Amino acid sequence: MWDTIVGELIQATRDTWHSVLHFLPRLMGMLVVVLLGWLLAYILKSILRSILRLARFDRLSEHWGATELLNKAALPSSSELLSRFVFWIAWLGFILVGVRALEIVGLQEPIAKFFGFLPRLFAALFVFFFGLLAASFFSRAALLAAVNADLPSPRLVSSVIRTLIIIFALSVGFEELGLGEHTVLVAFAIVFGALMLGLALAFGLGGRDLARQYLERRFVRGHKEEKEDELSPL
Amino acid sequence: MAEESILTDDFLRELINVGEVDILIGVPTYNDAETVGQVLQALRAGLLQYFPRLRAVIINADGGSKDATQDLVRAASISDLQHGSDLRALRTLHCISTQYPGGASKGTALHTILAAADLLRATGCAIISADSANFQPEWVESLLRPVCHDNFDLVTPVYRRHKFDGLLVRNLLYPMTRAIYSRRIREPYPAEFAFSGRLAGYFLGQDIWSQDVGRAGAEFYLTISTIAGGFRLAQSFLGTRPHSERAAPDLVPAMRMTAGVLFWSMEQNFSAWSASMDSQPVPTIGPEHEISLEPLRVSRKRLHQMFVRGVAELAPVLKSILSAQTLSELEQAAAVREEEFCYSNESWVRTVYEFAAAYHKTVISRDHIVQALVPLYRGRAHTFLVENRDASADEVESNIETLCLTFERMKPNLLGMWDGGK
Repeated sequence: MWDTIVGELIQATRDTWHSVLHFLPRLMGMLVVVLLGWLLAYILKSILRSILRLARFDRLSEHWGATELLNKAALPSSSELLSRFVFWIAWLGFILVGVRALEIVGLQEPIAKFFGFLPRLFAALFVFFFGLLAASFFSRAALLAAVNADLPSPRLVSSVIRTLIIIFALSVGFEELGLGEHTVLVAFAIVFGALMLGLALAFGLGGRDLARQYLERRFVRGHKEEKEDELSPL
Repeated sequence: MAEESILTDDFLRELINVGEVDILIGVPTYNDAETVGQVLQALRAGLLQYFPRLRAVIINADGGSKDATQDLVRAASISDLQHGSDLRALRTLHCISTQYPGGASKGTALHTILAAADLLRATGCAIISADSANFQPEWVESLLRPVCHDNFDLVTPVYRRHKFDGLLVRNLLYPMTRAIYSRRIREPYPAEFAFSGRLAGYFLGQDIWSQDVGRAGAEFYLTISTIAGGFRLAQSFLGTRPHSERAAPDLVPAMRMTAGVLFWSMEQNFSAWSASMDSQPVPTIGPEHEISLEPLRVSRKRLHQMFVRGVAELAPVLKSILSAQTLSELEQAAAVREEEFCYSNESWVRTVYEFAAAYHKTVISRDHIVQALVPLYRGRAHTFLVENRDASADEVESNIETLCLTFERMKPNLLGMWDGGK
């Protein structure tokens, strides 16, 4: 009896030791892959940062209004942010390859799923980023046009345009990620519909006098024009 | 060849039939049926009277008029005029019309005329606005003689203007062009001007025709290129500025064609303008300026309201363009009542220079920077109107000169901002 117990224990110890001996090289392999991955990701980040600086990516980003958004969110410059993003994605990829080398059965499927998910993640981030840029650019364009045309509530017009573009970008981005496709779509439809109804009511009820004045100015003959128009700027 | 891309086959055929000329006069048109006949008559009379021995051609570049502009040009033959006048041309005098592609654009019209001038090897050329209701035959001589006889490359006009006419020219275009490019040109964005064939060839070769500046504001860039390229420049007094039958251009396009082109040119010609500091006079035939003072009712209130509203509404945009000090000054100015409002010379010049530096650094979209200047210009126009409300011609001139000197004095600030901080 005692001999049996001792024998089983010795066998279990041997098995464990064998498992450890089998696992150690894989662990070492994983660590090597992770360290090598860090080094390659770092080199990739440095190269990308240099290329972006040479291409004056930050100036382009300023031009499109991305820098303004990043500053508001207390984030680094666009080139730095993009370089860091590429670094983390590359290193995370190497970490997952290393983990896969451990051959742990339960982790294989999630890792495969993650790699399958990456292109959609990139596409969604791309949509979010350019959506924010477009929102910033077009809302500013609307603000300037409204101020220079002396239209009422220029900031409201600008904010509405910004909000609509951001909601649209979010809905497209989330759809790409496969998250709450219908919820986002319905939310977008509700917000858009409510906004249009609100605007219709606001202009219909609140802007009657304004509309009348505008139509009178435009179509009633004999209206006295502002004298400013007689001054040629050139 | 540059002209191959802009000249249509039919137009090229007509030009070949004309052959080489000494003088080419370009008349860009777009729905100018009311005035073009009168302008053409004055042009022909001027050519016959002052340049009868030279071969001349009048070229009408039309932007697709919906009225009968082109028909009127074609119908008005030279012989008609010669029969009705005592004047006779001793050489050929042609008049041809073409419609350039791409819709109405003064820049494309200029491009077409330059290409024709280059092809016909014209030695003296002029551009005459078709909506100049009071164009005089003598102006042909005033503009072309310095080019044809005195070897000047560009002759810009000097007009007699009302003291409140051309506020953008007086408050921005003339003083800033003078400070930046160191030449005192009264009308840097001329409607009527003359230039040499040499300058036409040079300007035709500039890489601007596919850009915004090539479509709107090319006349202004021609003046700048003449200075930057070291060509000979003169001014010639014409008389009262022609009254345009058209409504004044909207401020936003006008700002794009002027401030936009000026800011853009500064990037192209940095080495030319950064080295020179003091402005030099330009040879002028006739008086250097004349100001008329007829009473005119002007609504200043709206200018003030739009300035105040612009500063308040555009605060986030202005914050990315202007320094904290300048923005604070504007906000303080916008906070006072209209009667006490003043947009000082120093503050205005600092504003414009900071806009130019922001444009160079592209802190936001360049077109947005130019548009953001519009409400601020309205504030400056208000101050100019108040300042010169009861001023005599000499006092108005003195005020303009003071503004010019402020632009010149503060030019080092612009150079400091150019590649530095705000």
